[in-house]
Amino acid sequence: MTSLALKKVTKSFGAVDVIRGVDLDIAAGEFVVFVGPSGCGKSTLLRMIAGLEPITSGDLAVGGARMNEVAAARRGVAMVFQSYALYPHMNVYKNMSFGLETAKMPKPEIDTRVRKAADILQITHLLDRKPKQLSGGQRQRVAIGRAIVRDPKIFLFDEPLSNLDAELRVQTRVEIAKLHADIGATMIYVTHDQVEAMTLADRIVVLRAGVIEQHGSPLDIYNKPVNRFVAGFIGSPKMNFLSVAVAASQDDSVVLNLAGKQLTLPQPVPVGQGAPLTLGVRPEHIVAEGAGGVSPDGVSLGTFTVMHVERLGGQTIAYGNLDDRQTLTVALDGQRSIAAGDKLSVSIPAERCHLFGEDERRIGG
Amino acid sequence: MASMGDTSPDVGRFARLQDQLAGYGFLAPWLIGFFVLTLGPAVASFYLSLTDYSGLNAPHWVGAENYLRIATDDDRFWTAMNVTFTFVLLSVPLKLLFALGVAVALNKGLKGLSLFRAIFYLPSLVGGSVAIAVLWRQVFSGDGLLNQALNMLFGYEGPSWISNPSTSIYTLVLLAVWQFGSSMIIFLAGLRQIPKDMYEAASLDGASPARQFFKITLPLLTPVIFFNAVIITIDAFKAFTSAFIISDGTGGPIDSTLFYTLYLYQEAFTNFRFGYASALAWVLVVIIAFFTAMSFLSARYWVHYDD
Repeated sequence: MTSLALKKVTKSFGAVDVIRGVDLDIAAGEFVVFVGPSGCGKSTLLRMIAGLEPITSGDLAVGGARMNEVAAARRGVAMVFQSYALYPHMNVYKNMSFGLETAKMPKPEIDTRVRKAADILQITHLLDRKPKQLSGGQRQRVAIGRAIVRDPKIFLFDEPLSNLDAELRVQTRVEIAKLHADIGATMIYVTHDQVEAMTLADRIVVLRAGVIEQHGSPLDIYNKPVNRFVAGFIGSPKMNFLSVAVAASQDDSVVLNLAGKQLTLPQPVPVGQGAPLTLGVRPEHIVAEGAGGVSPDGVSLGTFTVMHVERLGGQTIAYGNLDDRQTLTVALDGQRSIAAGDKLSVSIPAERCHLFGEDERRIGG
Repeated sequence: MASMGDTSPDVGRFARLQDQLAGYGFLAPWLIGFFVLTLGPAVASFYLSLTDYSGLNAPHWVGAENYLRIATDDDRFWTAMNVTFTFVLLSVPLKLLFALGVAVALNKGLKGLSLFRAIFYLPSLVGGSVAIAVLWRQVFSGDGLLNQALNMLFGYEGPSWISNPSTSIYTLVLLAVWQFGSSMIIFLAGLRQIPKDMYEAASLDGASPARQFFKITLPLLTPVIFFNAVIITIDAFKAFTSAFIISDGTGGPIDSTLFYTLYLYQEAFTNFRFGYASALAWVLVVIIAFFTAMSFLSARYWVHYDD
């Protein structure tokens, strides 16, 4: 197990700054997930750690040793590619042993390692097959096996599940988590799928435009997003953002105007009367009266007119408007008998409300 | 379709016939070309190969006599075979190697790639022409450019490379290799097809550039190598223009550049033995077919197809 440190790391392609000063310490054995929208630089950052992209400035240290100029193969990292990047002309065994043969490891040891990895991944029966004879899921396992045999200090995964179908994706996700638990190696995983991030990570690193917006445990990020971007990116369905204005600001509370009504939140805000704020409410935290839900005991958001309903079996998701035409998504547990056109009174527990200022930053703890 | 049900079967049949006629109409230029310019002459030449046709008299049937003579009683046939095989065995691997080498070099993300690509492709456009063969004669003759350069640089008085029987064939090999452009373009396209992450995986696996070339590039390029090898081999067996121009149509000196096709040409148009020349042509067809078939049979052992 090895730690990894990034210090003021930047990457520029010509005049374009892709990574803009990333500082991050990853503990030995930690499972860290880089998450962010397309083009946020998460894959580039991973490739810089792997040694596939030169670092423009800053320092990369693995196990305390500076690695900026060290060749990819000597960094002690192994990478699983999005495309798997299996050698199509080699069988599974050769794909897994190629790196070891390159390192001139004795044949018996190569054999032991390949068979052990194949056993862990349950692909022993596929060792003689060529990649084209494998399914997507099997290819994925071989790609992971190729990383395992090298016994790397750090595993890097670049969106490894994005080419798999939904069912296989869940299954492989569980297996990767199990693999991490079994071998305990440091793992860095890139994805744009926030469910993968939430389920796999010890720590999530949310990136936007080459900058770390927030890093922390999945629940930390879910419960206390530092800004509107992170709040919107983590969580599914996405957090609702409602425009509100400060009606009265007191020492320990604030009264907000929303859709012609007033609601009071027990938290002070550093802005005066009339200041526009954004109220963030997660769809799953909203309680709807008249939909068979519990009677609202939180702050009222007013009347919600249902426009469209999605029934997922375990959850009912309603899309619609508040009285002032602001859109709202409500996710209700179980199967609810609501339909388009219904009017529900909706509320939310005060502690579940998130407030964001004009600069999009979170207000309060 | 519902509307078809309203029309009588006869009308439907007529419409289909019309469609088919239109199809054949569009195919006609190719069909006429194929039957009149390819299949017709081929069948005619096979018939003529079984006659003593001289181009002046009507052909007389002689059966397999021409073929027997080729096999048992024609020293120049064996000379031509020798020259042609020497040319094929030297020019095909050299041309492949050269084309691949230049393609790999050009694939390294060079600036001005398209300019270099055009420059290297140029000999393939003009190289097969009579003009270049004439130029080649000037370069490799006794007082040609090559000897002038050798003299200037090293003070070496070179022989006439073209009129020396022991070197003349190599000037033709060189001319053939020089026309590596089209093979190179195909190699370049093949190299572009190899996914970049294959090399990234290999570099993480610690493979040096040389190991990457031999273990990744070369195996993944085998379908293209195979294609180029077959095409270049067939072209080499059929090579004619360069030898004809450089040796003034004689295949000299001392038959050292007597390519098979040149010998065939001499038999037909110098000696007016069209029947015999036709038999020679069919022997060449069999030789080319044999080597092509061998290539395809061997392919399963060394050509890696992705799917």
